[in-house]
Amino acid sequence: MITESAAPTTSQREPQDNQKSLRPSLFWRLGKPIPIRLDWALRTASVIVPLILWWALSSSGIVNPKFLPSPIDVMGAFGRLWAEGLFFDDLSASIFRVGSGFLLAAVLSIPLGISMGAFAAVRSLLEPIMGIVRYMPAPAFIPLLIIYLGLDEAPKIALIFIGVIFFNTLMIMDAVKFVPQHLLEATYTLGGSRRQTLMQVITPYVVPNIIDTFRINMAAAWNLVVVAELIAANEGLGKRIEIAQRFFRTDEIFAYLIILGVIGFLVDLSLRVLLKATCKWAVD
Amino acid sequence: MHLEVSGLHKQFATPQETIQALKDVNLHVEQGEFVCVVGASGSGKSTLLRLIAGLEMPTTGWIEVDGERVIGPGADRGMVFQDYTLYPWMTVQKNVEFGLKLQGIGKQERKEQASYYLGMVGLVEFAQSLPKQLSGGMKQRVAIARALTSQPKILLMDEPFGALDVQTKENMQQFMLELWERTGTSILMITHDVREAVFLSQRIYVMTARPGTVRAEIAVNLDKSRTRQTRELPQFKTYQDEVTAQLLVST
Ligand SMILES: Nc1ncnc2c1ncn2[C@@H]1O[C@H](COP(=O)(O)OP(=O)(O)O)[C@@H](O)[C@H]1O
Ligand SMILES: [Mg+2]
Repeated sequence: MITESAAPTTSQREPQDNQKSLRPSLFWRLGKPIPIRLDWALRTASVIVPLILWWALSSSGIVNPKFLPSPIDVMGAFGRLWAEGLFFDDLSASIFRVGSGFLLAAVLSIPLGISMGAFAAVRSLLEPIMGIVRYMPAPAFIPLLIIYLGLDEAPKIALIFIGVIFFNTLMIMDAVKFVPQHLLEATYTLGGSRRQTLMQVITPYVVPNIIDTFRINMAAAWNLVVVAELIAANEGLGKRIEIAQRFFRTDEIFAYLIILGVIGFLVDLSLRVLLKATCKWAVD
Repeated sequence: MHLEVSGLHKQFATPQETIQALKDVNLHVEQGEFVCVVGASGSGKSTLLRLIAGLEMPTTGWIEVDGERVIGPGADRGMVFQDYTLYPWMTVQKNVEFGLKLQGIGKQERKEQASYYLGMVGLVEFAQSLPKQLSGGMKQRVAIARALTSQPKILLMDEPFGALDVQTKENMQQFMLELWERTGTSILMITHDVREAVFLSQRIYVMTARPGTVRAEIAVNLDKSRTRQTRELPQFKTYQDEVTAQLLVST
C-alpha cells in the first residue's frame, strides 16, 4: 500500500533531480579501490609534495638555514657522511641491535602468543602480568638495563626485546582467538589430535597475522634503538644524531632522519612482499 | 556399521536459563542407509549431530557406533558442515589429503587416495586451486571428498546444501545419491528441507522444537535410484505431505 501511494510522485520527477540515490564518486567510495594510475599519482604526490614544500620554505629565506637546511644541503651531508665512512658502521650497528633484539622477541612470541590464544589456562596465567608490564614504557628500563648489563650491546638488544615481546605476543594471541571454531572441529572429526590441530591448523592459519604483527612492531623496535643510542652508545644512527646536535649540524640530523624513514619503509615493504609470497590465500 | 542413539538428553546452561536442546532422543542408522533428520530451526538438529560427532557430550543418554561408546570426535564419524570449513591455505588436493596426513599415512598413498575421491566428486582439474577460487557447491564437494577420504563408518552432514541456490542444490542432491550408491557409505543428514529429505533418504526422523524430540519416523519406500522425475511421482508428494504434516503437528 505504501509503495502504491508513493508511485505517482516518483514518476512525476525528472530523472536528474533524483536526490534519494547515492551519487557515484571516484574519490570517496567507501572501502573501494581507486584506479591504479590515480593510486600511483597520489602515492608519488605523497612524497613529492612535502619535498617541494620543504625546498620552497628553505629557499624562501624565511627560516634561518641553520635551523632548516635545504634539500641540497642535506644531499651534501649525505655525501660527506658517506665519504667519512662512519655511515656504514652506524647503520650496521643499529641494524644489528634491532635485528637481534627483534629476532629474539619474535622467536619467543610465536609459541607464547599461540599457546596463550589456544589455551585459556596459559592465558589466565600470563595475560595479567603482560598487560601490566606492557604499559611500562620500555625506555624507562634503560637505566636498569645499563646497571644490570653494562654499556655494551646487551642492554640495547634487551631494550628492543622488552619493547617488542609483549606487543608481539598479545597480538598473536588475539589472532589465534579468531581461528574459526569449525575449522578446529573439522580437524577433530578427521581424526586430528589436539597437538596436530595446534601445529597444523591453528599455526598456519595465523601466519599472515604473525607477519603483520612483526611488520607493525618493527616500527617500535626502530624507535627504541634510536632512544637507546641517544642515551648510551659509541656508534649507531641515534648516537650520530646526538653528535650532530652537539655540533649544530641540522643537515646531518635531517640526513639521518631520512635514512631511518627509508630503512623502516623498506623493512615494511619487504614484510609485505613476504606476506604476498607466502600467504597467497590470505591476500586480496 | 550400526549407530545407536539412546535416551539422549542435552541441556545448555546459559547465564539466563537452562536450555533443553534435546529430550529423550532415540534413533539408529544401519549399514549403508541414508537417513535424514528434519525439523524446524532451533529443534536441536545440529546439537544432535554434534553429539554423534563427539563434539559435545550428552547430559544423559548414550551414543554407540558398532557397540562402542562415543566419548569424543574421531575419524570413524566424518562430518560435513554447512559452511564448508575448508582449510583456506591448503589447495583442494591438500584439503582432501589432510585426514590421511593426520593419520600418518605416507605421501604417495595420500595422493592416490585423494585423487580417487577428487575424481569421484568431479574436481580433478581443481586439485591445485585454493578454496577461495571455488563456488559454494564445489567447496561443499571438496568437504565431502575430504570427509570420505578418511573412510568413515558414517558420514554426518549438517544442512550441507542449505547455503546453495536451488539449481546447485538439486544438482548436489543428485550427486550425493550417486556418491552414496558408489561408496555404500552410511549417511546421517540433517536438513530443514522436506523435499530434500524425501528425495535422499530411506528413512526420515521428524523432530519437534523446544525441547527437541523425535516426533515421527517415516520410511521412504521409493526406488533406490532416484532422478529428477522421482520428484514428480505421486508417492513422492505423499511422503512430502506426510513429513510436512508431522512437522506442523509439532508446532
Ligand atoms: N553451545 C550452546 N549453548 C547454548 N545454547 C545452545 C548451544 N548450542 C545450541 N544451543 C541452543 O539449543 C537449541 C537447538 O540448537 P541447534 O541444535 O543449533 O538447532 P537446529 O540445528 O535444529 O537449528 C537452540 O535453542 C540453541 O539456541
Ligand atoms: Mg543447525
